[in-house]
Amino acid sequence: MTVSISCKAVGKTYPSRSGAVAALTPVDLEVKAGEFLVIIGPSGCGKTTLLRMIGGLLSPSTGQLSLTPGEDGRTTTGFVFQQANLLPWLTVEENVALPLRLKNVKRDGRRAVAEELCVRVGLGQFVKSLPRELSGGMQQRASIARALADNPSLLLMDEPFGALDALTRSRMNGELERLWLTSGATVVLVTHSISEAIILADRVVVMSARPGRIMSIAEVNFPRPRRKDIENTLEFQQIAASLRAQLDQ
Amino acid sequence: MNSLRSSLPGLVAVVLFFLLWQGYCEISGISPLILPPPSRIALVFVEVTFDRTTLYHAYVTLFETLAGFALATVFGMVIGWVVAISPLMERALHPFIVASQVIPKVALVPLFVLWFGFGSTSKVIVAAVIAFFPVMVNTVLGLRSVQPGHADVFRALRATTFQRILLLQIPSALPAILAGMEMAIVLATIGAVVGEYLGSSSGLGYLAVATMNAFQTDRLFVLIILLTLMGFVLYMAMAWLRGLLISWSADEHAAR
Repeated sequence: MTVSISCKAVGKTYPSRSGAVAALTPVDLEVKAGEFLVIIGPSGCGKTTLLRMIGGLLSPSTGQLSLTPGEDGRTTTGFVFQQANLLPWLTVEENVALPLRLKNVKRDGRRAVAEELCVRVGLGQFVKSLPRELSGGMQQRASIARALADNPSLLLMDEPFGALDALTRSRMNGELERLWLTSGATVVLVTHSISEAIILADRVVVMSARPGRIMSIAEVNFPRPRRKDIENTLEFQQIAASLRAQLDQ
Repeated sequence: MNSLRSSLPGLVAVVLFFLLWQGYCEISGISPLILPPPSRIALVFVEVTFDRTTLYHAYVTLFETLAGFALATVFGMVIGWVVAISPLMERALHPFIVASQVIPKVALVPLFVLWFGFGSTSKVIVAAVIAFFPVMVNTVLGLRSVQPGHADVFRALRATTFQRILLLQIPSALPAILAGMEMAIVLATIGAVVGEYLGSSSGLGYLAVATMNAFQTDRLFVLIILLTLMGFVLYMAMAWLRGLLISWSADEHAAR
């Protein structure tokens, strides 16, 4: 039920007064079915642009981007944005259930799913609250629950934990890995954090800015589920050092 | 208790105002045909208010106001929606929209009377024309206030156009539209009454002119009070509806 992604010379340029500006120079990238891919890079490297093109929110200026659905032939995308983007007129539960509502799932069915997801992201007591009654971190957790509501085969996440404090972030990383292991979905996650990248990723794509391009791809082979203390291993430190060196170039 | 204390200065000022008015009328000996004392207005108030003729004319004005308001709301929202989604229509309609805003709409009343007669129809149209603009403008503003992040969510979820309109655009635009409707209900009242002043055979505006011509100044004051009360009740009803529909919005009062 998982999705593979193929990018062939996919690039994006924006028109401007001084000619076309390249947000992303053409890149080649294959994401395997069921893979957890993390993209890391400085601001302006085009990582968000690449993610939005994969999610169909932007169309590529050049190249070919194709999603190959798994055996059941469907591609359900869950997208987590940098901002929570919850609808302020709906309760937390109704926000989480939005993807199901758009698929015309009956009220009772979507309520059951939404309530369970809210509990899973630690918002069990806030299902009937309005988004404005929640802290920024709680809103972001609700938006993650929303992305998971329709049991996506492809999960795209744009710095989903940037607004969370370090403790919650670490807990959400563990929760995300658990969700991914049980669902088998393909995940592409964009982040600034080197340690988050190594803890979560099967492969880490390093991008550089101006012009936005892929510098290298590193494999991370720690066994799953990963424990928090892998951060103290020599291997982790070596990968982190090598990623940091590339980002500092 | 607290609300009583905070409204006390206002209450005292109002009582003082009426005492001064009463005192001035008694001391100066001004003719009650020019300025009747409050005591005299109070005496005729009950009589005029519960008079069958007054009730009939009030009903006419209320009908004209509500019908004009309803027309303004429907047309304002539909045309606002068209302008908001189509840049071509916006440019095509722009001259008419500007003209409809700057023209002194009261100047159109004789024309409407000529076309639609002295009956209620012409007043309904005057009320609608005056009340239309804020609804339309606020609908455009409201639809444009859809947050790009929210639009992204719907696009990522492959929502249909109908779902986008129903679940995203309408709720996003609702605070602004309701603020426009709040202005519109006041303007519709003004439109109906001014229409009646200028050419009519019924309505509180017509009755006010007839009362003035008969030099029944005390009764004229009562009619003005009744019109004020009507406008107030309509406005409060609209404000209540607005609070009910957008209770989720923390900044519902900032949306004006």
